[in-house]
Amino acid sequence: MATIKAIRDETPRVRSYTLGLPSWTPHRPGQHYDVRLTAADGYSVQRSYSIASGPETDGEIALTVERVVDGEVSPFLHDVAVVGDRIEVRGPIGGYFVWEATLGGPLLLIAGGSGIVPLMAMIRHRAATASRIPTRLLYSSRAPEDIIYANELRDLEARNDGLEVLHTLTRSQPAGWTGYARRIDDAMLAEVRRPLGDAPLVYICGPTPLVEGAANGLVRIGVSAQRIRTERFGPSGK
Amino acid sequence: MKESTTDDRTLDANAVAGMLETLFGADMTVADSKCAACGREGEVGTLLAYTMAPGVVLRCPACSAVMLRMVETPRGTLVEAKGLAFVRMNR
Repeated sequence: MATIKAIRDETPRVRSYTLGLPSWTPHRPGQHYDVRLTAADGYSVQRSYSIASGPETDGEIALTVERVVDGEVSPFLHDVAVVGDRIEVRGPIGGYFVWEATLGGPLLLIAGGSGIVPLMAMIRHRAATASRIPTRLLYSSRAPEDIIYANELRDLEARNDGLEVLHTLTRSQPAGWTGYARRIDDAMLAEVRRPLGDAPLVYICGPTPLVEGAANGLVRIGVSAQRIRTERFGPSGK
Repeated sequence: MKESTTDDRTLDANAVAGMLETLFGADMTVADSKCAACGREGEVGTLLAYTMAPGVVLRCPACSAVMLRMVETPRGTLVEAKGLAFVRMNR
């Protein structure tokens, strides 16, 4: 059982939950926890959420959860759960979509929407270990208010330690926007990949069409499929 | 990664890593697997997961054949794996 220690609004539809864990074990950035809710009649439902924090925060993890319309777990977390509540969790889980500084780089991270969450764990781990591995994040959001961790990403980029953040806003852009303003395409992938050389280590997380489009596009521009790891999420998954 | 076999309800087997770990007692996302239909080999984490049905179906990302089905029934957890030529938990 975990205890909710803090709740933070990230965007109008996304919140982060800091969970205190009595039997904490360090996770690998990119892993998940399963959250299980059980009703009084025994009906139970489980969802898997990516860990947003790095493994350097002792005794606690952060999960960042998007409110899914018609969801069963995320509306509970958003509308019912309060600080001090205890929830049933299990993890850390999954060793496939993980990155640790010891795996090296250069690192190309591609996120769509709340697909940023497991990549943020990697970025926070990179910062916490003072890694200078060249890293570029291409982050696709609909509108500026949908960008999760916007301030933290800006602060981390300002450290000038080899992290660059490139945003694309697909639906609406603020006045004077100089970033990308379209869906991810091969030309964008080629521009973003170029400073990292021919063989970056790639992690892509987001909705299925974005993940498959970006993975297939990177292969078309010459990146080896062996260097690409993907994590799709759908309406039921996260 | 054939686009015709996937839609926005398709997940990776990562999404059911917890259920797989309960069944097999180990992290299966990094286990190697082979598709009985087309012979593709790859980590279980690369398989496509369909979770909107009563159970969970894992399909081959190359040929889309069903490799593994898992469903909770009143009598217990049913696992059907005839689409899986092998699975290897690596040391």
